[in-house]
Amino acid sequence: MYPIINKTELAPKIKLFEVKAPDVAAKSHPGQFLIVIHGEKGERIPLTICGYDLKNGTVSFAFHEVGKTTQDLGKLEPNQEIDNVTGPLGNPSEIKNFGKVLCVGGSVMIAPLLLQAKALKEAGNHVTTLLGARCKDFIMLEDEAKGYSDKVYIATDDGSKGNKGLDFLVELLKTEKFDRCIVMGPVILMKDISAITKPYGIPTVVTLTPIMIDGMGMCGVCRVTVGGKMLFGCVDGAEFDGHLVDFDELILRQRTMLPEERLSSVLAEMNGGCKCGRNKT
Amino acid sequence: MAETKPKPKLNKKAIDMAKQEPEVRNKNFSEVALGYTESEAQEEASRCLGCPKPMCQSGCPVEVPIPQFIKCIKEKNYAAGIQIIKTKNALPAVCGRVCPQEVQCQAKCIIGRVGEPVSIGRLERFLADWEQKNGAQLPPKVPLSGKKIAIIGAGPAGLTVAADLVKLGHEITMFEALHIGGGVLSYGIPEFRLPKAIVNNEISYVQKLGVDLRLGNLIGRIHTIPELLKNGYDAVFIGSGAGLPQFTGCPGENLGGIYSANEFLIRVNLMKAFQFPEYDTPIRIGKQVVVIGGGNVAMDCARSSIRLGSKVYLLYRRGREELPARHEEIENAEEEGLNCKFLSAPVEFYGDAKGWVRAMKCIAMELTEPDAKGRRGVKAVPGSEFIIDVDTVIIAIGQTPNPIIQRTTDGLQSDPRYGTITVNEVGKTSLDGVYAGGDVATGAATVISAMGAGKRAAKAIHEYLLNKK
Repeated sequence: MYPIINKTELAPKIKLFEVKAPDVAAKSHPGQFLIVIHGEKGERIPLTICGYDLKNGTVSFAFHEVGKTTQDLGKLEPNQEIDNVTGPLGNPSEIKNFGKVLCVGGSVMIAPLLLQAKALKEAGNHVTTLLGARCKDFIMLEDEAKGYSDKVYIATDDGSKGNKGLDFLVELLKTEKFDRCIVMGPVILMKDISAITKPYGIPTVVTLTPIMIDGMGMCGVCRVTVGGKMLFGCVDGAEFDGHLVDFDELILRQRTMLPEERLSSVLAEMNGGCKCGRNKT
Repeated sequence: MAETKPKPKLNKKAIDMAKQEPEVRNKNFSEVALGYTESEAQEEASRCLGCPKPMCQSGCPVEVPIPQFIKCIKEKNYAAGIQIIKTKNALPAVCGRVCPQEVQCQAKCIIGRVGEPVSIGRLERFLADWEQKNGAQLPPKVPLSGKKIAIIGAGPAGLTVAADLVKLGHEITMFEALHIGGGVLSYGIPEFRLPKAIVNNEISYVQKLGVDLRLGNLIGRIHTIPELLKNGYDAVFIGSGAGLPQFTGCPGENLGGIYSANEFLIRVNLMKAFQFPEYDTPIRIGKQVVVIGGGNVAMDCARSSIRLGSKVYLLYRRGREELPARHEEIENAEEEGLNCKFLSAPVEFYGDAKGWVRAMKCIAMELTEPDAKGRRGVKAVPGSEFIIDVDTVIIAIGQTPNPIIQRTTDGLQSDPRYGTITVNEVGKTSLDGVYAGGDVATGAATVISAMGAGKRAAKAIHEYLLNKK
């Protein structure tokens, strides 16, 4: 059992949990992920590590309440326990002094991005961070981003905060040189950023979060095509070369279970919450 | 002249075991085979001649004293019978159900030369089920040896090693990567062949023996083997199985609706997707399913798909005679409505605009002359391509070992081609104090062969610990 130590709401329906898991924390690195399972009938969901504290033996992760499982999880409070937190899984990010790095994070993935931005800053890089989201409500952790970055940009789809869309980045790259770009966020953001950086030959690393079940190489549902080769998001990633990923295929694969996910959410709402028998408070 | 002894009366026909009717069972996930009643078990046990030199026992990978436990059934001394089995086999309820007895113990039964062999597996199951109903007796505790052993993987091999070594007084920690123990018994073999309540019972028996089971611990990531050895463990056993799915490499394989056998079975068995939406993990299955492959895993996928309401075709590149699945499973599957398409292989998959598979191109195959080992190869028949409509494909063409442990353990030798960990005949790896067995060492095989490997490794580990200063 993994007790929740802290719970923070980062944005509407986006929560950050800090969970006691000393063995997991001791081995965690930026870029790795966890599989979280709660409730006897619950599913296994992959969540990227947002932080770890060796002294307190805790590890943290953020999630957006978009379906039944994440909604159930969001109802848990500090001092309650999560049944299982498996990890760390996937390969650690490459952290070294690359020179000038552009870090791009989209909505809920801003939280794990900042863990990397921080590590890259500590490794001596000049860090430029771009926080992106649909609208201003989902731009989060701005102060933290400023703390780890030499420069911070904001972009929203609707222009409610910072730049509207990514056109400004296209302009920026015409004048500013970057040695590396890392992107964590929705697939469409990773696809767009990769397309923007490609003409400039900026090595671009994307963190893929395809559908997963076991997260350790068994099921193959997370398979992605990278440079024409079939790779597994869980054991070969989660980071890949953004210029080689077949994003269109990935987008289709992420939608394969949408009707079932919607059904789950609707039923959960009708039944007034989850069935795990723990949240009757 | 000496009087000749009367010959024992031979009953050539085995007692049948009741099964759910095909038309009933192909719509539910309850166990197909219902087990013997007490009187059926008595009658079947009475067929055993109790040979002084039992051939059956030599056919068992873990050398269960078969005539002795059958004798206990004859005497209605079931508690003693199950104890006899458990001296050699910690998982009798599992083995009584999924062992291929027809090619092991029963193949050697002397009655088999003139009639049907004694149904050893069914009798083993009868005793194991009797014990599950009446409560298991734990063996007396032995003094602690002071030695600690880490076991990686709570599947058939790991559970066997754990049970054998804990009974010798060693302290056992078993690390299981998934959130449920049992390995392939839980994620692979379906409920209708091996109910999960039975598996859970067997796991909790091993825990009651004193084994510390830690779930959700992926060795290689949370701890590595060198760290375990440095941090107080005297020996390590790797029983991490063959969990990495193989794909066909045909174009279109990443379309929606194309599952690896592992994904399909993990969803259905481990995550109980057949009870979605009561359980949270979904499975999407179409009207027309093609299962590619011909082994037991392919049969499990096919029979599960039938139960989920689909019309199911098995596509196998060789012929019926070459099917590697257990004969009984093929028979069961066909009774339940499986359609077999032999001598056919996939070529390409086609999807719709939403990226969901809708059709596949196949090609006819023909068998070639047997090679030196007697196995017949196959080759494609030029120009024989054909298209079939399909909305779900399950690829069951084999698994290889998961590479995480090999990648994170310096000096651990493995086969560069198949990824299997290299071991000697007792399971010793290239590293001192590190043993391996089951599918991770042999490639995908059977539950009982993994248990046999576990038994040999447990013995070797025990000897290693005794000799170690």
